[in-house]
Amino acid sequence: MNGGANSTLVRRGTILSLAVLVVFLAAWQWGPSLLGIPPFIIPPLSMVYHEFLRMLAVSALMTHTGITAAEVIAGFVLGSLLGAFFGYILGMSPTAEFALSPYILALQIAPKVAFAPLFILWMGFTVYPKILVAILIVFFPVMVNVLSAIRTVDPDLINLARAFKATRAQIFWKIEFPASLPPLFAGLRIASTLAVVGVVVGELVGGNMGLGYLLSFGEGQANTAMVFVAILMLTLVGGIAYLAVILIEQRVLHYLPRRSFSAT
Amino acid sequence: MSDVVRLEYRNVTMRFVERSGKSLIAVEGVSLAVGDGEVVSLIGPSGCGKSTLLNIGSGLCAPSEGEAFVGGERVEGPNAHVAFMLQKDLLLPWRTVLENVMFGVEIQGLPLAERRRRAEALLENLHLFEFAGHYPHQLSGGMRQRVALARTLAIDPSVLLLDEPFSAVDAQTRMVLQRELAQTLKREGKTALLITHDLLEAVTLSDRVLVMSRRPGRIIDEIRIDLPRRDDPIARRQEPGVNDYVGRLMDRLDIGHLEVAGASA
Repeated sequence: MNGGANSTLVRRGTILSLAVLVVFLAAWQWGPSLLGIPPFIIPPLSMVYHEFLRMLAVSALMTHTGITAAEVIAGFVLGSLLGAFFGYILGMSPTAEFALSPYILALQIAPKVAFAPLFILWMGFTVYPKILVAILIVFFPVMVNVLSAIRTVDPDLINLARAFKATRAQIFWKIEFPASLPPLFAGLRIASTLAVVGVVVGELVGGNMGLGYLLSFGEGQANTAMVFVAILMLTLVGGIAYLAVILIEQRVLHYLPRRSFSAT
Repeated sequence: MSDVVRLEYRNVTMRFVERSGKSLIAVEGVSLAVGDGEVVSLIGPSGCGKSTLLNIGSGLCAPSEGEAFVGGERVEGPNAHVAFMLQKDLLLPWRTVLENVMFGVEIQGLPLAERRRRAEALLENLHLFEFAGHYPHQLSGGMRQRVALARTLAIDPSVLLLDEPFSAVDAQTRMVLQRELAQTLKREGKTALLITHDLLEAVTLSDRVLVMSRRPGRIIDEIRIDLPRRDDPIARRQEPGVNDYVGRLMDRLDIGHLEVAGASA
């Protein structure tokens, strides 16, 4: 093992990473005025920070963030469960896949966020249309990953289990299901970020709550700093969701050789 | 070795229909019998249907014609008397070595205590005990194959079907694994049908070698190996007769001629 080389990499990488952050923040703070960009186009860092404090105090920023986060979690969990369920069903039944794949493909090609106005017409200015958009957008990457994982299980492994007289259920629970977990988690990582997209679009289209609402409210007020704060909070929500998936993944897939940390 | 036939193929023919609709005969009219405790090798050119015979013997597919018997019973499907082992170790990456060895007996529903006892005894025999808690990715290719052997033996089959079990490991490891296999087969009195491309492996591990023709695969020769020490292939290698047997097998497989034909083509 090259533990020494690895720790050098980590140390150098961390220093460089922090340097990039400092440069970026400095450029944000002083860049706009140096380049003559007015604050309503790019508000400097300090102005965004003050807006953040103001929103905490008077705009119920944390309530809006909490609502968005709850919608993201609900959409992510339900969409992932549905996606995984259909992935397993279609993966195990070639007939079902053959019969349903044209419709699934059509639904996959249709831009999911375009359904947001429709869902709001159906369910009004509640949290449900936002969750539904997230479910729809989360569904596909999870389903596709599970489906292809089931399809690519080594047939010799299945034969091995069959030679031991395994039942269909045993083949699923002892081979197909565990074999599908690494691709399932790859799908969940993508899904965790997409869930935020779905929720925000839903909130932008209608309603008076959530960070998406603050985005459009800030836009209407020409309050650029408010828009920036909302974007940052959305990134935070998405980041926490992504990190949660990674932590669970590391627990569940502990048997895999440890990869070096990466963003993908 | 007794006269009881443990594994038998009677007039087995296997046809496949290719995607193009053309019918392909993999093996044709194969009859062979392996006695109780006997080790028989099957050699032949690539694609002569050796692996098809193995699938039929393990009950994973039914022959187009003919029948296979294990312990006098007709093979109708997978059964607990037969276990197979392939070139690929087929270890489950999410299971530890011990859990992998228990895979077969777990499916068969043995009580946990009995599963553990069997698996641990096998790990002990195959010098794997200290790796019981390791995951497959932490093991070398040779060790993984040894775990696969332990898993195959754990269900205590009377017949082992081995499809080039050591062809993917390096030459030195292969010799060690061959000896472990030979000792295990001898000690447990197991019957084995070994498919191999390695003529020396066939000679050093078997009581008999069957030679198959190119497709459609038929058995064209049978050579009895009258050498001592079937339980120790490394010692058997030193026997004076080994090279003669290997030479005879080369002749029967037309190995020299193949090269000439390839060069002139």
